[in-house]
Amino acid sequence: MATSAIAHPVPAATGSVHTLRIFRKEAKYEFLKLMRTKSFSLSTIGFPVMFYVLFGIANRNAFAGNIHIAKYMLGSYACFGLIGAALFGIGVGVASELAAGWLELKRASPMPASAYLFAKCASAVAFGLIIVCLLTVIATGFGGVSVSAIELVKMLGMTIVGSISFASMGLLLAQLVPANAAPAIVNLIYLPMSFLSGLWIPIKFMPHWLQGIAPTLPTYHLSQLMLRIFGYGDSISLATHWNALIGFTLLMLGLSWFIFHRKEQNA
Amino acid sequence: MPLSAFAFETTAITPKEPTALSQQPIATLTNISKRYGTTVALDRLSLSLHPGEVVALLGPNGAGKSTAVKLLLGLVAPTSGTTRVFGSDPRNATTRTRVGAMLQVARVTEVLRVRDHLDLFRSYYPNPLPVPEILRIAQLQGIEDRFFGQLSGGQRQRLLFALAICGNPDLIFLDEPTVGMDIQARRALWGQIRFLSAQGKTILLTTHYLEEADALAHRIIVINKGRVVSQGTPAEIKRNSGGRTIRCQTRLSREVLHALPSVTNVEHNQGAVVVTASDAETVVREMLLRDETLSGLEVASPALEDAFLALTKS
Repeated sequence: MATSAIAHPVPAATGSVHTLRIFRKEAKYEFLKLMRTKSFSLSTIGFPVMFYVLFGIANRNAFAGNIHIAKYMLGSYACFGLIGAALFGIGVGVASELAAGWLELKRASPMPASAYLFAKCASAVAFGLIIVCLLTVIATGFGGVSVSAIELVKMLGMTIVGSISFASMGLLLAQLVPANAAPAIVNLIYLPMSFLSGLWIPIKFMPHWLQGIAPTLPTYHLSQLMLRIFGYGDSISLATHWNALIGFTLLMLGLSWFIFHRKEQNA
Repeated sequence: MPLSAFAFETTAITPKEPTALSQQPIATLTNISKRYGTTVALDRLSLSLHPGEVVALLGPNGAGKSTAVKLLLGLVAPTSGTTRVFGSDPRNATTRTRVGAMLQVARVTEVLRVRDHLDLFRSYYPNPLPVPEILRIAQLQGIEDRFFGQLSGGQRQRLLFALAICGNPDLIFLDEPTVGMDIQARRALWGQIRFLSAQGKTILLTTHYLEEADALAHRIIVINKGRVVSQGTPAEIKRNSGGRTIRCQTRLSREVLHALPSVTNVEHNQGAVVVTASDAETVVREMLLRDETLSGLEVASPALEDAFLALTKS
């Protein structure tokens, strides 16, 4: 029986090219996976589209002062959609992979952890962009909404920021929540949080005591940043909204990292 | 439990792989303790893997097999002690490029095809095996376009095996690799494991199928309650635990039999007497001398199951 050591051949691909390829493939297959999982892709893209078709288009000619309601709803449902894509794609997805032992297998492999995180985040961003583009097409095509090129670019940029923000929340949830309860718990957080942030009905139509909750929610701050692109939104300064969103993102990332390292010691 | 009646070499010790153990170990756990809260998973355990050998890690549930494997894979850190794989920390990315693992995974992404899974895992390694060769070794030819969700149980196991070997690793961990497979699939995978071993790869295998450990391993490490209870070749393990059993019909009384040297147990079983003794030859000689009517003599080494149960009973 041969026991001679295998001569280790010179690596075919050098470091950074090789790593980039891992990032690319990891992201590609994560995106493919999400797309092919119909229960995810159809609902994540379908719900915001459906809500906008039902409520937004009906308001194509409705104005409240200077605010074109169909355009307002484009902004708020865009947020609703991209947040859902991030929370479900990552919150439920990572929780499931963690529980199944699949993540463990990948960690045992030479896959860099950053590639995994990048792939998840990039896929959430991709879905967010798809949803926002679809909504914009519907809004401009059927909702009588006019969106300038600059507004569109800013919307897409805000989508990327928002997706990353809520991807980090998804990451934290995935570590805290048992996998089989994950879809339900994510819904229980996502839906009330969206409603209370005025993503379905602007908060000024809600009772005062509910209105007070909104500024404590990251979803509110994201939606205000999005609406401010159209010149809509509340009177709180832009800087406050940015600080709130960024602070929230850092908090989510920090907690995730802390919990992950503590689990690694005790796992 | 029926005794497996195969002849046991009394003089020739089954030669250990002559060169493997004399080489430096490529992976070691040295004085490892691992605690989860108040539970002690591993208690000052040490083991080492040498190049080219197939080592089976046996132990009852909760013995610490998975923890030992996770430590060697760098998935957990020890409470105390050191782990070394290829001379460095197993969490090192470079170390991981020389290691492959087949773990028990409850759910694999079902909407990706076999070739998608292989493509992704191959990209992690600097020098992966070519896809046709992986398909051949893991016997996945013809099904590379199928979605994982469409695969049968045995095919799923073979894909996980393919992911373990796709990077052409020097050290492979197989955690219960043939669970859920039928006999043909199991034998086929054993063949592939032997093929990999013949190429000089080192394999650590955990299994509940003692027949599998017996068939594949150069060396078996038995662990229980976080400690190494016994290690050696399958033959040595069998020989060192409980001794051999002598079955015959004899008129010798229980007391006489118990008095014979190295006898540890005397039982009556279906009209015959079963004597357990570590020095079977001496006992058989004495019995034959004292009882000319002795008949139906069978001397058997314990099945690996018995040895294993004896070692882990406490």
